[in-house]
Order: sequence, then structure tokens, then C-alpha cells
Amino acid sequence: MKTAVIVFPGSNCDRDIAVALEAVTGVKPAMVWHGESELPAGIGLVALPGGFSYGDYLRSGAVAARSAIMRAVVAAADKGLPVLGICNGFQVLTEAGLLPGALMRNEGLDFVCREVKLTVDNAQSAFTSRYAAGEEIVIPVAHHDGNYFADQDTLDRIEGEGRVAFRYAGQVNGSARDIAGVLNAGGNVLGMMPHPERRIEAAHGGDDGRRLFEGLLETVGA
Amino acid sequence: MKLRIFVTLKPGVLDPQGKAIHKALGGLGFEGVNDVRAGKLIEMDVADATDDAAIDDMCKKLLANTVIENFRVERV
Repeated sequence: MKTAVIVFPGSNCDRDIAVALEAVTGVKPAMVWHGESELPAGIGLVALPGGFSYGDYLRSGAVAARSAIMRAVVAAADKGLPVLGICNGFQVLTEAGLLPGALMRNEGLDFVCREVKLTVDNAQSAFTSRYAAGEEIVIPVAHHDGNYFADQDTLDRIEGEGRVAFRYAGQVNGSARDIAGVLNAGGNVLGMMPHPERRIEAAHGGDDGRRLFEGLLETVGA
Repeated sequence: MKLRIFVTLKPGVLDPQGKAIHKALGGLGFEGVNDVRAGKLIEMDVADATDDAAIDDMCKKLLANTVIENFRVERV
């Protein structure tokens, strides 16, 4: 499966996600600069990496969400192309309107950088098919603005539609209903604050993140 | 034309920054502070011909995230 990683000024997990994608797919991802206006042809996934695009100016992900390449990403997502946003990538996806809600400053104001336990809420999406519903996994987080917010109606709706992919098993950042990862209505866009790409081999202390990429490969195709 | 755009968190949206400021004021011995909410002020200089609709559009498309924030435009 061919993949693309979008690189914004200030992205700093673009290489991590590229290494993870290559390890699982066997194909080096195309690294696409934010100023480009088109995605490479024939890709099965676009990944928006973690980092601090544009120094988090204005709001985390706000400026990156208005970059040229994001118009192509939104158009491709609307046609069903899988899009994965991790950490800052999640913030960019909400700012671009591809996912509901917003990511605010952590409730305790601290930058949280540690391993956290997650529960898999929806194990039927293209991203989570290799997990079992209710399974507990360990994935690291590293963020300052991971406090997921949406109004009550939106939270009820996304929960009712099975669009919560992952929840924190304990309190991490003040997120509404402990939401750690959200799917769009079509199930082809996932945003999550934890970093699965930092947990793909034993040397990382575990490989719970690897199955996300393996599941994608299986679902989307080689 | 000079504009001052005030971006504030919607009522009911938790403001951890405001809470921290509130706590710090208490720590300095200031009493009687009931609540603190922190927001942003964006000052802009735009062409005189810029109409209200365009300014509103700028606020909604970039300057404020209307999921969590309100905005108010003041012409200086």
C-alpha cells in the first residue's frame, strides 16, 4: 500500500510515522510538503503527523488546516480515502472540519508526556479492526492541547454512531467523556491524540500501536 | 481601517488558563475575584473598502474556532 505523510513547518513526528508506515507496508511513504496542492496518485492512506505546526500559533493546528495541501486532503477524505491524524494531526483535522469538536489546553495546564492506557471503543473501523472491542492497550501521549471538547449533542451523536475509536482508561487531559480518538461519519478519517507510531516494536516497550497500521493495510489493501 | 477583534471562549467552555490566572491572583492576596476568563485580542489594519461580510468570514474561517469561541469586532 502506498501512503503519504503531510509535512507542515513544525511537524516533528513525520519521520516516526514514516518509519512505522514503511515497517508495516514495506513501502516508503511519499513525504508531501504542505505547500503542494495535490496528493500523489494511488495512495491508500494520508497521515497527518504530530508536532507543533506553525508553532501552535493562533490555535493548535489552525494555520496548518488552511494550507494548500489540506484542500486536497479534505477533497480526498470526502471521496473516502483513509486519513489518519495523530496528535497535532488530530488538531489539524478538527480545525479543517473533517472531525467534530476541538482540542483545548489540557485541563491541568501541564504538558502530558507518558504512556497511557486506552480502551478500544470501536473495533470495526478500518483503523481498529485488529483490536478487540473493549480491549485495553498502552500507547504513549505527548501533548499540551489534547483536551477534547464538543457540545453535549455532538458527544451524544458521535457516541451513538460508534465514532469514538479510543478512550483513555484513566484521566489524562480533561477530555470530554475520556475521548482519545474520533472517527468521521464515513469511518475513513481517524484523529487521535496518542501516538501509535511510537509503539510498533518491542524496543518501544510494546507494539500495541502496530495493529492499527496492520489493520489499515488489511482493510485498505496491499 | 483598523479593527480590534476579541476572541473569547464560549460560556460553559472550561478555561484552564483563566482558572490558573484566578488562582495566581488569589495567591497574590487579591480578594473578591469571582471568575477569570482569558481570551485573545487581534488587531488588524484592513482596506477601508472591506465590508462586514468579509470581516465576518475572516473571523469564522480562521481567527476564531466557532466550536469553542465567540468573536466580537470593534472598529477603531
